[in-house]
Order: sequence, then structure tokens, then C-alpha cells
Amino acid sequence: MNWKKEWKYLLLIIAVFLGCFYLPVGTARFDNAVIEAFHLVKWYAREHVLLCLVPAFFIAGAIGVFVSQASVMKYLGPMANKMLAYGVAAVSGTILAVCSCTILPLFAGIYKMGAGLGPATAFLYSGPAINVLAIILTARILGPEMGIARAVGAVLLSVVIGALMAFFFRKEEKAKLAIQMAMPPEEVKRPLWQTSLYFAAMIGILVFANWGKPQESMGVWAAIFAAKWLITAGFAAGLALMLIFWFDMRAWKVAATAVPVAIFAVLLPDQPLVAFTAGFIGLSMVTATDRGEGGAWFASSWTFAKQILPLLLVGVLVAGALLGRVGYEGLIPSEWVARAVGGNSLAANFFASFAGAFMYFATLTEVPILQGLMANGMGKGPALALLLAGPALSLPSMLVINTVLGLKKTVVFVSLVIVMATISGMLFGMFFG
Amino acid sequence: MKIYVLGPGCAKCTQLAEMATAAAQELGIDFELEKVSDFNKIMSFGVMMTPGLVVDGEVKCIGRVPSLAEVKEMLKK
Repeated sequence: MNWKKEWKYLLLIIAVFLGCFYLPVGTARFDNAVIEAFHLVKWYAREHVLLCLVPAFFIAGAIGVFVSQASVMKYLGPMANKMLAYGVAAVSGTILAVCSCTILPLFAGIYKMGAGLGPATAFLYSGPAINVLAIILTARILGPEMGIARAVGAVLLSVVIGALMAFFFRKEEKAKLAIQMAMPPEEVKRPLWQTSLYFAAMIGILVFANWGKPQESMGVWAAIFAAKWLITAGFAAGLALMLIFWFDMRAWKVAATAVPVAIFAVLLPDQPLVAFTAGFIGLSMVTATDRGEGGAWFASSWTFAKQILPLLLVGVLVAGALLGRVGYEGLIPSEWVARAVGGNSLAANFFASFAGAFMYFATLTEVPILQGLMANGMGKGPALALLLAGPALSLPSMLVINTVLGLKKTVVFVSLVIVMATISGMLFGMFFG
Repeated sequence: MKIYVLGPGCAKCTQLAEMATAAAQELGIDFELEKVSDFNKIMSFGVMMTPGLVVDGEVKCIGRVPSLAEVKEMLKK
């Protein structure tokens, strides 16, 4: 036996055994938490996967394929206008950072070869918070108010943090690496207005398919709600035409999708999900069997789905077990949550933003966890503080940032994020809490 | 032939490394493949969008996973 290698397995087996031996099955709180976890997973599967996540994956995939990243990177290069660079860095996360693993290389590149420390930190901070998937899911599950506050907060704070970093270290602005930034070739396959309309159609489908039932039964919102499937169908028809005429998809394939969708819509008007799902299965088949851009679009969407769905499933299970559904308790008693991050005190906001900064949230899992915390009494201010500090930083990402920036700058950056998130949380809590 | 695959170790980078290996073997090229995950070294190639493919010191592809046919073309030079 090679104990130098085997001791880890021994330790693991002992730990698992002790866990099983003392498994708290039968105690009311534990049993309830397990049931809560499954309830929450079921709720997500029913309410969010088909209408929200599936279209969101297609949008994220399309951004990766159809938006020219080189055209954005121009504004973050070494010769870029400084003011403009901050603005572009703050918002470009939406289209550049669809995957969290692309943020750190881009950040290091902007810092060392491009526009410098300020825009680089602005990008590093806002990127994970404003990628399309994060905003869509936040708005859908935590409410549009929270989604908008998250996006706007992240963009504004990123400029402030970037500018402060550049100011603090203005004397240290190092000599740029004398290396030419390698850019992907800038391909223009279709005019900008066509690409824009294409994205507008997809966002239209996402927004109107998810249109919530308003409180009042009269008025504009109620009228939109009543017609939401018609509007969604309109956007879908527009998208289908664009795919045929601008994206060179075969007309017969698109028609083969549209016909079953229309049949389902007429036969099962009470079950719009059936027609909706048929539409997306059709879209998947049309794009997956395409060899050009359509195929690339599907492959890119598929990569997101494959990467994010397992993480989200585990995240929802853990959030359900620890915190329960709205109105129910999980393993953690509500009063603990309320005591630590309830209300809108300075301590609650600081605790939320400090914990968020060090904790690691796998892509998008911050949303179910936050939902659980809010259901257990977390204030809106601390919730925003956690959203603003959480995804941007984690202990592992700090270690990588440290290798690029050095200890001093990393410490200043982390402190700035925590302080700014705390302040924003307090302001938000004061006005909306 | 020296091939570098640049990337912090996400799924796409692994995919590209597998593809480059497959492509080089199909072409029967004598090659050595190295995965570069250190950011400072990735930057030294001027690459900031990963995954990146570098063949004999020349950056061939950045920011996306190319198809197998494309990779073969890149290796043939």
C-alpha cells in the first residue's frame, strides 16, 4: 500500500461513512429541507426552463457567433480614447463575456496591451454581472426591479471603480508590452440593421413569452398579457423570415417548423407551451443541420446549455435544501438570515457584500441562492450588495487577478468592490426596500 | 512543429487541444503540443481572447473553436 497516495481516499471514506452514520434522516428540519430542495427544482423546471432559459441560451449563442468582437475590442486598444474606453469597457461585458472563463484573459489583455488599468478593472467588474444570461435570469426570478438595478449598478460602479483604480495607481502605469494585440479578423457578413433586427426579434420572443399577469385586469399591461402569445408568434414569424432571407436557412426546413407550431397553436390554444416547445425543437433542428452560420449558432448555444444547466440544477438543489421555497424554511432558520442580512443596516449590507466577494458562485447560481435568502428575510439592499460584489469576485478569481495585478492593486480592487457594493446596497434599500 | 493551445483551462480550450492533436495526427505531422494557462504567457503572444491556437510562433486562431477542417488548414500553412 502506498499510504502517501491512499490517505486521501481513506479520509474521504471515513468522512462519508461518518456522514451516513449520523445522517439526520427523521429529524423534521432535515426531512423538510430535502423535500424543499425537490419542490424548488420542480418549480424551476416548470416555470423557468422552457420559456426563459432556452431562448436565453439561443440569444447568448447568437451573440457569440453573430456579434463581431473585434469591432468592440478596437475601443479597448492602446490607442483608444480614454473616456470612450471606460464606457465601452463598462457595457461590453454584455457581448464579450458570455462565458465567465473569457473575462480574465480579456482583463489581462486590456491591462497589459490595451487601454490600461482603469478600463481593464471596469471590464473585470462589470463583465460577469451584465452578461445577457445573468440579467435575464435575475429579472425573471428576482423581479425586473432587481434585474435593472443589477445591470445599471454594475455599469455605473464599474466606471467608478475603474477610474479610482487608475487614479490611485496613476504613477505606476507601466510601460505597455510592445506586442501587437492579435485580433480576430473583422468579418462583415450583413449590415448592422439586419443583425439588430434579428436580435430584437429574439429578445421580443423572450420578453413577451414571459410577460407576467398584471394585478389589474384592465389597462395596457393586461391587454399585452392577453395578447402575449399573439405578439410572441409575430416575433417568431419575423425571426423565421429573417433566417430564410438573411441567414440562408432552407425555406422548406423553416416551413417544416412553422407548420407544426401553427397546428399546435390552433389545436391546443390553452397549452401555449406545446407550440412554444415545438418551435424551439424546430429551430434546433433547422440550425443544427445547417453547415454554415446556423450550425455555428446552434453549437454555441448548445455549449452554453451544456455548461450552465448542470451548475444551475445543483445550485437550485443546494439553495432549496439550505433555504427552502418562498414561505418555507430549509436547513437554515429564517431568523438567522433575518439577523445577518435583514433590514437595510450598514452591517447587513457590509456582511452581504463581504461574503459575496469571497464566496464562489458558479455561473448564475447566485440567483436561486439569493431568491432563497430574500424569501427568508434578506433585505433588498443587502441582496443588491451581494449581487454587485458576488459574481465579480471570488477567492479563486482573486488569486488569478493577483498574478496579473500584484498584491497591492488586488487588495485595493477587492476593498473598492466591497465598499462600493455596500454603499449601493444601502442606497437601493433606502429608496426601494 | 510546435503547437501552443492558449487558455485558462475551460471546456473550449480542452476541445481545441483535442482537435489540434487529432488534426496533426491525421496529417501525419511531427508535433509537440503545449497547453499554456499562465496569463502572462498568454499575453506574450498578444492573445486576449481564448482559446487561442499558435503554430510555430504564429497566432492562427483566437476567441473561438474552429472546425477540424480549419485546424488542418492552419497546420498545413
